[in-house]
Amino acid sequence: MKRAAFSQPFMPVALLLPQLIIIAVFFYWPAWEAVYSSFFMQDPFGFGSNYVGGDNYTRLAKSSEYAKVAGFTLFFTVVVTFLSLAIALLLAVKADKVIRGAKTYRTLLMWVYAVAPPVAGFLGGLLFDQNIGPITDLFAFFGYKLQIGLNYNDTAFAMIVVSVWKQIPVNFIFLLSGLQSIPIAVREAALIDNKSGTRRFWDITFPLLAPTAFFLLIINITYALFDTFGIIDIMVKGNPASNPITLVYKVYADGFRGSDLGGSSAQSVVLMILVLALTVMQFRMLERRIHYT
Amino acid sequence: MKTTSVLIASAMTAALAAPVAAQTQIEWWHAMGGSLGDTVNQIAADFNASQADYVITPVFKGSYEETLTAGIAAFRAGEQPNILQVFDAGAATVIGAKGATVPVQDLLVENGVPFNIEDYISGVRYFYADSDGKMIGMPFNSSSPIMYYNVAALNAAGVTAPVTWEEFQDVTAPALVEAGYIPLTQSHMPWIFTENFFARHNLPFATGNNGYDSADITINMDAPEIRNHFEAFKSWIDTGYAGFYGAGWDDNATPFEQGKVGLWLGSSGSFGGLQQTAEFEFSATYLPYWEAITTEPTQTFIGGAALFAMSGQPAEENKATAEFFRYLTSPEVQYMWHQQTGYVPITEAAYEMAKADGHYDRFPAAEVGIQQLSLPAGEWTRGYRMGFYVQIRDVMNREYTRYLTGETSLDDAFTAIKTEADDLLARFAQTQN
Repeated sequence: MKRAAFSQPFMPVALLLPQLIIIAVFFYWPAWEAVYSSFFMQDPFGFGSNYVGGDNYTRLAKSSEYAKVAGFTLFFTVVVTFLSLAIALLLAVKADKVIRGAKTYRTLLMWVYAVAPPVAGFLGGLLFDQNIGPITDLFAFFGYKLQIGLNYNDTAFAMIVVSVWKQIPVNFIFLLSGLQSIPIAVREAALIDNKSGTRRFWDITFPLLAPTAFFLLIINITYALFDTFGIIDIMVKGNPASNPITLVYKVYADGFRGSDLGGSSAQSVVLMILVLALTVMQFRMLERRIHYT
Repeated sequence: MKTTSVLIASAMTAALAAPVAAQTQIEWWHAMGGSLGDTVNQIAADFNASQADYVITPVFKGSYEETLTAGIAAFRAGEQPNILQVFDAGAATVIGAKGATVPVQDLLVENGVPFNIEDYISGVRYFYADSDGKMIGMPFNSSSPIMYYNVAALNAAGVTAPVTWEEFQDVTAPALVEAGYIPLTQSHMPWIFTENFFARHNLPFATGNNGYDSADITINMDAPEIRNHFEAFKSWIDTGYAGFYGAGWDDNATPFEQGKVGLWLGSSGSFGGLQQTAEFEFSATYLPYWEAITTEPTQTFIGGAALFAMSGQPAEENKATAEFFRYLTSPEVQYMWHQQTGYVPITEAAYEMAKADGHYDRFPAAEVGIQQLSLPAGEWTRGYRMGFYVQIRDVMNREYTRYLTGETSLDDAFTAIKTEADDLLARFAQTQN
């Protein structure tokens, strides 16, 4: 076999260096700092710092509150990911069939993509407001008293609605282009084999859509875990109290709001490990079943 | 040729700008948004116009928490501003970090600005002071929790604003319900119903002199008085004597602004905003107390925030900061701040000026905060100093809400607050050495 074309080691290293520096400075260094700080209790201004061993971790393990937040995060991630993918898929399949005014229809569906998460959270906060929110009024019309910020389940419901609403357009765009890249010949061949639209969708279209869907699955899980921070932060109005919050929000609440750098670092390390495990698992388990064309 | 002319031009510009460069520039990071921010900018602009030696630049850094975090990050990077605004719950963090700030009392004295703590209003003096009573942070936007009332509502019910909680539950609340109003809402359980509850009844809030003498302390959340108070509050909610909309400030204030609520416990600093939003006649009075606990209720202490002079700045900049504080605490500026925002004036002189000007004849409710802060002081009324207090407040809000919505029992809620708060205090003590 032929060896690489570089005659001396300097050139490849020089070419790799910019990328390596960026990764080191922006990924490994902060990650190392987090791991390091998680073993200390330090004065936020940097005057004193005490080595406390694994205290910050054992404290998390023993905290029933932390377990509760972790539980909600799991539930929230699963529901948001499932709903935003399912609804987007439905819309994409329908939009794929639209012949007249297709462009307008699609543009309208994509609009929401331009809304930033904090803005989405702000809109959600207004719509679901206990005193002046129109959605609250709507629920009251049907005899249900919606109490965002007071009732745990109501607040969770509102957060999920806003997060899903915000994520649908991204999924829609990808799924629609995925659908449109399926060759017409394949579809027509399927039509000859079976008249049932549902069967054809699950047997032919969906597997061909799988690479896109798998990519979106990862994107959506990351979205639900991390990017919804802006929505949650605005919807709890900077006052978590008894409201549902996710692990990322808790890192922020303890570290940034509360200046507990050690405890917050330990939480970010836990989160880091979680995401690492999740990614490995996703690729191991799902990658095998997906066929890229 | 071209380069030369550019050089000449820039030299001329520099010459023109020279007088500006001779001025000492200082920076002030604050958390005052909206109309409060406009007033802050106004104060800075007036200060800059009032003299030629110093220029102060106010920079809005977001919420209280965000401002403190920005200040901490800047300090660690050696880029700290001259003045940082820190709120009440963050006081232990910034004061505990000895060396992060120059005590404001030292700063003023060293720079020849006269300072006498007795010039400040009684309830304002010692909140941001150390255990020896030396003022560390300059109280800036200071407020205290007071009780606002809807005049028409009380008239319709044929009652006056309650002085005690006994009067509220026996007389005021039933009458207000009868008249078709929600009798009471409150906007901040940790501040109004906890911290100032202890002060109003002159009860110890934490060991170690409410935390002023030591970081190694525990909180008195197992005191029977506070438990009874919340038990009563829950019974009021259950019987319709009180409305409860969660831990959010606005969620509880809005029904009052909409005219549905008779009494609302908010901040004396809410006065300015209420004047704009409330379309009915309102007034205010002192925070009620339990006669069963005390017959001699004491003063409350200030909430809001203080200005801290960050250390590590050149002497001439510290001089500029001191001069700015001199300007800021002058009666004229304090009175203007008081009038425009509703925050209390921090000095007796400014209070006298407001009185002499007839401000309180026009707006009697504007005086309530300062009167309540000037009530007799007690051993436990100066305030509290607790680390990780932002999280402690979060725990209180969480457990109170759970208890009030019936998710948990009184015992469990208060045990959780006591345990978690003590744990946080112990952890904070570990950061302090």
